[in-house]
Amino acid sequence: MSDAPEPHKDIDSHTGVETTGHEWDGLKELNNPAPRWWLIVWMLTIVWAIGYWVVYPSWPTLSGHTKGIAGWTQYDKLKHEQAEITQRQSGWLGKFHKASFPEIKQDPVLFEFARAGGEVVFKENCAACHGAGGEGRRGYPNLNDDDWLFGGTAEDIYNTINVGSHSTHPNTHAVAMPAFGAVMGREGMLTPAQIDDVATYVSYLRQPVASAAFTRGQAVFQQNCVSCHGEGGIGNRQMGAPRLNDAIWLYGGDKATLVQTITKGRAGVMPSWQSRMSDDSRRQVAIYVHSLGGGE
Amino acid sequence: MSLFETARKIYPRRVKGTFRSLKWLSMIVLLGIYYAAPWLRWDRGPHVPDQAILVDLVGQRGYFFGIEIWPQEVYLLVGVLILAAIGLFFATALLGRVWCGYACPQTVWTDLFVWVERFVQGDRNARRKLDESAWTLEKLWKKTLTHLIWLLIGAVTGGAWVFYFNDAPTLFSDLWHLDVSWSVLGWIMALTLSTYFMAGFARENVCTYMCPYARFQSAMFDKDTLIITYEAERGEPRGKHKKGESWDGKGHCIDCDSCVIVCPMGIDIRDGLQMQCISCGLCIDACNSVMDKIELPRGLIRYDTESNQRQRREGYRTLDIAHRKGGKTVVPPQKMRWVRPRTVAYALILSTVGSLMLSAIVLRPMTELTVNHARAPQFVRLSDGSVRNNYQIKILNKSHDDRAYHLSTQGLSQARLEVLAAGDEAVETLHVPANSVASFRVRVDTPEAPTHGRSDIRFLLSDTQNPVKTPESARHDSYFIR
Repeated sequence: MSDAPEPHKDIDSHTGVETTGHEWDGLKELNNPAPRWWLIVWMLTIVWAIGYWVVYPSWPTLSGHTKGIAGWTQYDKLKHEQAEITQRQSGWLGKFHKASFPEIKQDPVLFEFARAGGEVVFKENCAACHGAGGEGRRGYPNLNDDDWLFGGTAEDIYNTINVGSHSTHPNTHAVAMPAFGAVMGREGMLTPAQIDDVATYVSYLRQPVASAAFTRGQAVFQQNCVSCHGEGGIGNRQMGAPRLNDAIWLYGGDKATLVQTITKGRAGVMPSWQSRMSDDSRRQVAIYVHSLGGGE
Repeated sequence: MSLFETARKIYPRRVKGTFRSLKWLSMIVLLGIYYAAPWLRWDRGPHVPDQAILVDLVGQRGYFFGIEIWPQEVYLLVGVLILAAIGLFFATALLGRVWCGYACPQTVWTDLFVWVERFVQGDRNARRKLDESAWTLEKLWKKTLTHLIWLLIGAVTGGAWVFYFNDAPTLFSDLWHLDVSWSVLGWIMALTLSTYFMAGFARENVCTYMCPYARFQSAMFDKDTLIITYEAERGEPRGKHKKGESWDGKGHCIDCDSCVIVCPMGIDIRDGLQMQCISCGLCIDACNSVMDKIELPRGLIRYDTESNQRQRREGYRTLDIAHRKGGKTVVPPQKMRWVRPRTVAYALILSTVGSLMLSAIVLRPMTELTVNHARAPQFVRLSDGSVRNNYQIKILNKSHDDRAYHLSTQGLSQARLEVLAAGDEAVETLHVPANSVASFRVRVDTPEAPTHGRSDIRFLLSDTQNPVKTPESARHDSYFIR
């Protein structure tokens, strides 16, 4: 009995290493301690943590948390960083703030600053409807082309951004295309045959092709549409009535779509951005949109 | 078989001889280049750094004497790395692991550190005794001094490193005033510590366990590669030998262990070619000096090829034991097959890649044009039915003069081109200042046409000031969608 091995001195025969005495289905755990350097690093992290508790906010208390002797908070850090950014921007923003559209245009560097800022604002706020590059889609105008409902100068664009269309703004662009057909039980201003004729007329406005329907449609157009869309469909920006004799269609220029538009009417909506972003941002976005290619 | 070997400290003994001198020479030359190179000047004209070798991270340029690299040309670095790799293969196929033995930074700095150790603590036995002795005042100051010198060398190594990334004289004076950025201090610290640990402690373990080149250089070997060999035929049976005794029945190896105790890798070369051997030749020097002492010809351990050894073993060539000439031993010349399919192939690849690199550097254009077709929207239909595509172009003017260019298109009929400079100003002449990149927005309009889909368009950039010398500075192919 005396030379029986002590239970905690069980030496593994393969490796010559002492085992912990733990055994699972014949597998024994070797007692290889963690390396010394690892232990030292581990202890250092504990020391570090204690230092951290003292210096920084760390432990929750009943009514809040320990503040730490450095008095550091994430809010202060954020404020500090925001102040730094504002400070960095203030030079250019200050200059931009005071300059008018023509003055900005004359300073290429200021212009590019405004354009870059406008692009960011556009992608965050406008791209949802108008597309990432202002390419638009059905019902949402393409901002890269040279067709403008309410005018394409930087000032016009700025104004449209401010007031919107059918928005809550008191000065909003608000003239809608009425429904000329019978809608919701109401009797139509035009019969389906008349609508068909005027749609034919409008679809051939760019390249007129003489036909009976075209002539009949022209007469209907003269009586009902000219007041807004102008003689020959040249459009009216005061009203926001689109030009009809060009190659660009907001909802589609095929006859079926035109019949639908005339029958049911259209009223495009764009919110007013006046209360949603700063004046500087709205002017930057106007400059960006103006630079997309169709600006006047 | 043991799968694990505990680290043991190696105490290489001092040795004198041809290869030791070669190692000193290569150490002095290589360290000299490393420490001095950032101080070389190279005049490039005004507003451009005059440092011959400089990686200007802030200015985004790399300078190497007459060559100036833009970030766009970093692919050239790949070429340099390929050249270095093939160069290593070539040298290895010819001469074995000469890189490891003489030129590798790990070897060179370890050599320097061992020299410091020996200078302060004495040679092999003294160092070993010092390590085994209890802590005395003597041990304390010797150890402290050694480590201080090591750290100092490390600091100078890290210090030289940052000079490659900054104007050396300016940074040097800034360093004296401690007026440098944290990144500079951080890099100096990092290289100080890595030099200290790699050359002071890790040493041969780097070559044996960490270095991939050490492993795959064996694949570059063939039977005609120079390796360090032990002439077992001549040396065995080894054994002690007293002066004046007959050599009959005895090998020339007197088992003095000189070759083992000078080895910085801690191996016994008499066991044959080993993975750890860095081919530094110190065992050759050690053995030769012993052979001189016991008046036997040199070359019991020497640089030789496996094929030579085999031929001698099989009796095709006799073991040309050196003839004594006027009391001096002369090692007979070895037969070397320098021209082999392997070396020819490496030489061919090396010269091909080398000349490709050279022409890539020499012929690279001073003006570059890149054109990006706008994707949102791909095309714009205008009110008169014409179709517009937008492009963003970038012009790199790598010359040191301001340039004025003219842009035109090719391949698209009736294309109307409009170039907009900063500020949305339509320009005819595209001005790009010296040594810079300028971007322009370009609109290309085509009249309404029944064709749809994608067509090719080529943008041509010509230098309006040197139309004769460079009629077409740059071109870029793109596409047009309608």
